[in-house]
Amino acid sequence: MTVLPGGWQRLHPLTPLLAGARGVLPVLIGVQFALGGQPVAVRLLVLLATLPLAALAAYLSWSATRYRLAGGELQVDSGVLTRRQRRVPLARLQSVDVVQPFLARLLGLAELRLEVAGGGSTEAPLQYLTEDDARRLRLRLLDVAARSGAGPEATAAPREDEAEELLLVAVPAAPLVWSTLLGAPLWTAAVLLLAGAVVLAVDVRALGGLVVAAVPLVLGTVGTSARRIATEYGFRLAESSDGLRIRHGLFETRSATVPPGRVQVVRVREPLLWRPFGWVRVEVDVAGYAAGGDQQLSTSALVPVAPRELALRLVARVLGGALPAPVAPVPSRAAWRAPLQARRLRVGLDDRHLVCSSGVVTTTTDVVPLGKVQSLRWRQGPWQRRLGLASLHADTAGRRLPGAVAWHRDAGEARELLAVVSARARAERTAR
Amino acid sequence: MLVVSAAAAVLGSAAGALGVLAAGVPLLGSALVAVERRYRAWGYYEREDDLLVRRGVLVRRLSVVPYGRMQYVDVVAGPLARRYGLATVTLHTAAAATDAFVPGLRADEATRLRDRLAALGEARQAGL
Repeated sequence: MTVLPGGWQRLHPLTPLLAGARGVLPVLIGVQFALGGQPVAVRLLVLLATLPLAALAAYLSWSATRYRLAGGELQVDSGVLTRRQRRVPLARLQSVDVVQPFLARLLGLAELRLEVAGGGSTEAPLQYLTEDDARRLRLRLLDVAARSGAGPEATAAPREDEAEELLLVAVPAAPLVWSTLLGAPLWTAAVLLLAGAVVLAVDVRALGGLVVAAVPLVLGTVGTSARRIATEYGFRLAESSDGLRIRHGLFETRSATVPPGRVQVVRVREPLLWRPFGWVRVEVDVAGYAAGGDQQLSTSALVPVAPRELALRLVARVLGGALPAPVAPVPSRAAWRAPLQARRLRVGLDDRHLVCSSGVVTTTTDVVPLGKVQSLRWRQGPWQRRLGLASLHADTAGRRLPGAVAWHRDAGEARELLAVVSARARAERTAR
Repeated sequence: MLVVSAAAAVLGSAAGALGVLAAGVPLLGSALVAVERRYRAWGYYEREDDLLVRRGVLVRRLSVVPYGRMQYVDVVAGPLARRYGLATVTLHTAAAATDAFVPGLRADEATRLRDRLAALGEARQAGL
């Protein structure tokens, strides 16, 4: 790797090629399309003129980008016309991802992404490094982050090897595929069959219209499902002294490392059709991941599908302690306010966690470590007041998963819960 | 004929005005009562470790925001509020859902609250 004065480093020399392939190729194709009516000679000439320009732009962009690790922060300078200097304080590091898009993987390259608390988007993606460099840099970043959090006593020499890790779970392909099929594809098929039956019974001539209408629906469903299987294929969750390590991906592989104690909230989802198999999906959220964007979404799974018992043990392990079972039901009059899910509304609380479950079709259980609670809100709508009910919201810094809500509790009980949770959250905050 | 219709018109408009009054006074009155109740529902309480903010008549809310969780405090005063020397203090945490704010504070009280919150927040800051 090119080392510049002052400890600055460049990205891998193949970066312009890959970045060019991703950024310039669509433009070239677009231009060729626009020139559709022109003679071949003109099109070739345009191509010959634009290619060197594109190559030059990619090269300039590469040569203007440099990075280094100094003073507890990652520094990244980039930009040709607009110079940009980024300083990422590693004390606020929430997660480090090593991403390998398919093409980069073939060339042995990888991209490094950092998630920082308060960052609206992924901070300072470094693309591309060699696999080894990416791994080494990640190690150093995590090291610096752990040290700046732990204080002066942790001044061990920089490590050279990856921390030893313990594999917690590896998801086989079969349940992943089956569980995906049991979601949207099955519902889509059911709806289409039903519509088909109705059409056949009423007027056979409308069948053509139905087929036309069904095509985008089927394509969409197949696309989403295929993408889900491809991103979550080969899912492995491991634990090391650096934190949780999540690996997955069929074509584009991704390896995320979440340092210890960064998990803000955990959600356990149990869709209706998974219940006979006892499967659940577990999602986690840290403070950094931005809302929206499917790249972020793929990282949210702690386990895409696993037997319930195993999943709950994993959650307890990740949050560092046994979880209270959500057992406390809501008063029966809550059925007037939420008739479909009143039976499923449950709350569990111990000294360290608040667990709330809800949901009509998909049972959702949110777990919030009390030490991560940002604010508590007691809320009572007009209907709830009539019924003597109230809800308690526990807000966390998670972006996609906002926290846990104890819906429709007895109003007095909700008040009590507010007092107890706020006292225990304070104890948890000061304990650390 | 003309006189009669003019008298009818006068009578009619008087009845109309009466009608407006009859409907308007209770409406205005109830609007005032609603504003009054809304105003009285507002409240905040500085506890040792957190701030309580209460609001709402139709939907009642009570928020608890620990000082150690505050990321920043906003003091906002629009033109009308400034005219009457008022300001709104808003608390922000790392959670997007936090919605604690205290409107209609006297400017000096808003400044005091802001400074106190900022000082307490700094003293008790807890990491994410």
